[in-house]
Amino acid sequence: MDRFVWSNGLLEMNETLVIQQRGVRLYDGEEKAKLDAGVVLLSTHRLIWRDIKNHECCIAVPLSQIVFFEEQAAGIGKSAKIVVHLHPALPNKDPGPYQHSKFSYIKLSFKEHGQIEFYRRLTEEMTQRRWENTPASQPIPTATGSQTGRTRAVGIVGIERKLEEKRKETDKNISEAFEDLSNGTIMSLLPCPHEMVELSRSIANKIKEKQGDITEDETIRFKSYLLSMGIANPVTRETHGSGTHYHMQLAKQLADMLLAPLQERGGMMALTEVYCLMNRARGMELLSPEDLVNACKMFESLKLPLRLRVFDSGVMVVQLQSHNEEEMIASALDNVSEKGSLTSEEFAKLLGLSVLLAKERLLLAEKMGHLCRDDSVEGLRFYPNLF
Amino acid sequence: MHRRGVGAGAIAKKKLAEAKYKERGTVLAEDQIIQMSKQLETFKTHLEEFASKHKQEIRKNSQFRVQFQEMCATIGVDPLASGKGFWSEMLGVGDFYYELGVQIIEVCLALKHRNGGLITLDELHQRVLKGRGKFAQDVSQDDLVRAIKKLKAMGNGFGMIPVGGSYLVQSVPAELNMDHTVVLQLAEKKGYVTVGEIKESLKWERERAGHVLEHLLKEGLAWLDTQAYGDPQYWLPALFSELSARDITPDEASQMVP
Repeated sequence: MDRFVWSNGLLEMNETLVIQQRGVRLYDGEEKAKLDAGVVLLSTHRLIWRDIKNHECCIAVPLSQIVFFEEQAAGIGKSAKIVVHLHPALPNKDPGPYQHSKFSYIKLSFKEHGQIEFYRRLTEEMTQRRWENTPASQPIPTATGSQTGRTRAVGIVGIERKLEEKRKETDKNISEAFEDLSNGTIMSLLPCPHEMVELSRSIANKIKEKQGDITEDETIRFKSYLLSMGIANPVTRETHGSGTHYHMQLAKQLADMLLAPLQERGGMMALTEVYCLMNRARGMELLSPEDLVNACKMFESLKLPLRLRVFDSGVMVVQLQSHNEEEMIASALDNVSEKGSLTSEEFAKLLGLSVLLAKERLLLAEKMGHLCRDDSVEGLRFYPNLF
Repeated sequence: MHRRGVGAGAIAKKKLAEAKYKERGTVLAEDQIIQMSKQLETFKTHLEEFASKHKQEIRKNSQFRVQFQEMCATIGVDPLASGKGFWSEMLGVGDFYYELGVQIIEVCLALKHRNGGLITLDELHQRVLKGRGKFAQDVSQDDLVRAIKKLKAMGNGFGMIPVGGSYLVQSVPAELNMDHTVVLQLAEKKGYVTVGEIKESLKWERERAGHVLEHLLKEGLAWLDTQAYGDPQYWLPALFSELSARDITPDEASQMVP
């Protein structure tokens, strides 16, 4: 299966579709591939397979790569197959779904039949070898440029233009399809990250079981890939948490931007407050809640003067490292003693804190044994602990 | 390095096999990371292409967003995990939801003194829409729910309680167990509930009902109306936004019977 390359499924100049068959599953040698429900298309130049659910998931192999092929009869509970033996992959082949394979053949499993006709047509094409007469141009990727760096002959400009027209027409068809049918059509055009999710799980397992020496650097790189894809990170390294370079930078940014606001607010801010502050300031390229949490987790390891703290209630705050807990509690006790008693709201007003954080501080003082509570329907009130 | 001289040939062979396996294991894993980086490049290209055509659709069409989210969930990716993800950067889905998160937090904070940190999804929806103005993008309740789910990562007790076919959104870390939830659901119809009603509908003892109502009062989620005709009524401000003619200031709120 490592001979296949990713394809956009569009036919090239001079390439004609010969036959297609749905309900085909692919095998890498003897092993079932994850590509299990799709349409196989035979053209004059290539063998193409497209995922039936996600049309953007599309792979192809040139017919010139085929050495020979044979039928494999159906059995009990087994569909009929065509076994296709392939030449080794070219060294500078474009990326495809498989990097390596220990097999030099693949199988097409015809779960909805159609193998007889397909075999016949494949035989015809392999005999006629029409691709040799009319070489298709290299499939041109998007404007971001070729990955193999092949030099292009001048005459290609016309072919490119034709392809562009075809693409525009496809676009138009897509928009129309979108209008006619449900939104589901557009969704099927999204590139499918199936393979990458599988791959990331495999890599993560290896890291966990410490198979193979993956460097710290590579682990960080891997984590940043996971971040880009939005794949949950199964790898936790204590030193960095789910941190990546992005989170490290973010942590430093936060440390810069939050010093002043923190000092204004008595050294402590609820994480939700930080989230709003930061995102309002940014305007765009906003932080996700998880980004914020992950960055805050790195404060300590980066030796920044801030800390992330979680109270018993689950409230998460960012506080200055210099925040002196005992001092705060002692002064809270003073405040309460002076007034006789205080509720969270009263305390909040007194200090200019949010009610949430005022409550947390009183609770902490209570935990330390300095305050005790009177919990009635009129509210929660704290008194100095005289016991 | 491998010491072949030690022990019988069989042991040496096994060691060699292990060493080879380990080596191969190394190659495979590193190789896979390279493979992944290549696949990412391809994926990114395809996504860019997709985005250039359909970005606007996703931003404008809330139905679209629902399907997009469901598709991602099926595959096992979370497009909202990070602002640095491809989905965020190229499709702009991230900014849409993260900004919504900010608006949700602000609305909840502004009303907390009145409803104790509990608000119906409907009211939240209305207020967020109002705050966004006439020309802003459409926001559906599904959008709100997803944004709220993300906010949970920051602690602070963001949660949703199913009530009367919709949800109550909780934005404070008040502990609400099944009993509290059930009473909230009972109160949903009229905006208030009495001990008598609880006893009748839920078949609870007076003490159990009293316990729950007391907790709600303490948390600021319920207000007691002792002057009601008959049984004292426990009102839930979260449930009766339309009934109050004007918004009360925090000062006024603290003067009322909590």
